[in-house]
Amino acid sequence: MEFSPVSSPTSAPLTEHLSADGTQTQPRRTTHIPGEVGTWVFILGDMAVFALLFGVFIYYRGKEPALYAASQLEVHRGFGAINTLLLLTGSLFVAAAVQAIRSQIRRIAQVAIGVALVCGAEFLLNKILEWTDLVANGHVPAGNNFFMYFFMLTGLHAFHLLVGLGILVAMFALSRKPSLSKGQFAFFEGGACFWHMVDLIWVVLFALLYLVHS
Amino acid sequence: MTAQFAAVLRNRISLIWLVLVVATLISWWIGAYDAANPHLGTAVVLIVAFFKARLVGLYFMELRDAPLPLRLLLEGYCLIVCMTLLVMYFTSGSH
Repeated sequence: MEFSPVSSPTSAPLTEHLSADGTQTQPRRTTHIPGEVGTWVFILGDMAVFALLFGVFIYYRGKEPALYAASQLEVHRGFGAINTLLLLTGSLFVAAAVQAIRSQIRRIAQVAIGVALVCGAEFLLNKILEWTDLVANGHVPAGNNFFMYFFMLTGLHAFHLLVGLGILVAMFALSRKPSLSKGQFAFFEGGACFWHMVDLIWVVLFALLYLVHS
Repeated sequence: MTAQFAAVLRNRISLIWLVLVVATLISWWIGAYDAANPHLGTAVVLIVAFFKARLVGLYFMELRDAPLPLRLLLEGYCLIVCMTLLVMYFTSGSH
């Protein structure tokens, strides 16, 4: 069964479809679960695991506040902030890609996913540069508890980002198809939400690892 | 294509992105100037972080338009995790 989210595939209804809620041209939306329910079990489960790790980090920070404060001075806030901006921008373009697919303008979806892929790859490159610089300066995971958690949390997040990049590649391939089945469209939406979760987790990690002070 | 691209981006998600970018820059600035009041700075930085997480969930993940239980899971996550971390920070030796 082919699935057409928007009845008219031309660009004419685009403005109407993409208008902000509350304008007279936008019909009232009904509730909608992006992706599939199973996707949300996975995403929320992942978020719960990270929530526990956030708590563990703050707990152990409380045990050695001076050590954590001194170690935190060795990490580069600039890397953390620029990586946050990269993920936020990637998320914006992934959200735009979902809207473009709904409006059946596949070329725009492909370009938007391409931009998000570049943002994600740049994040990973920055992360590798940051880790390399820290290790070169003797700040290894076994060095102290701060760096153990720093490498563990950023490493686990980077693994999720790698998975997200793989999903973006699959979404790019889907966006090249002339039409999507209902299942493929759900994958597209669910994949986008996974990417946004990687963004959401990083937003909190940036605050916890780089900005929380003693 | 440029016009179509502009049309896709000319809506609420771009405005939300701008808010998120400004919030990130404010957090970065607060985090960089820790001498004045690090405890207040930490509280602001954590609250801003979960405010940003909520915006990502509501607008990028589109949970604003999701059934209420799913939206409440996001809202509850941001509120409970943020409050828990703040309580842990202020009741431990972190501050």
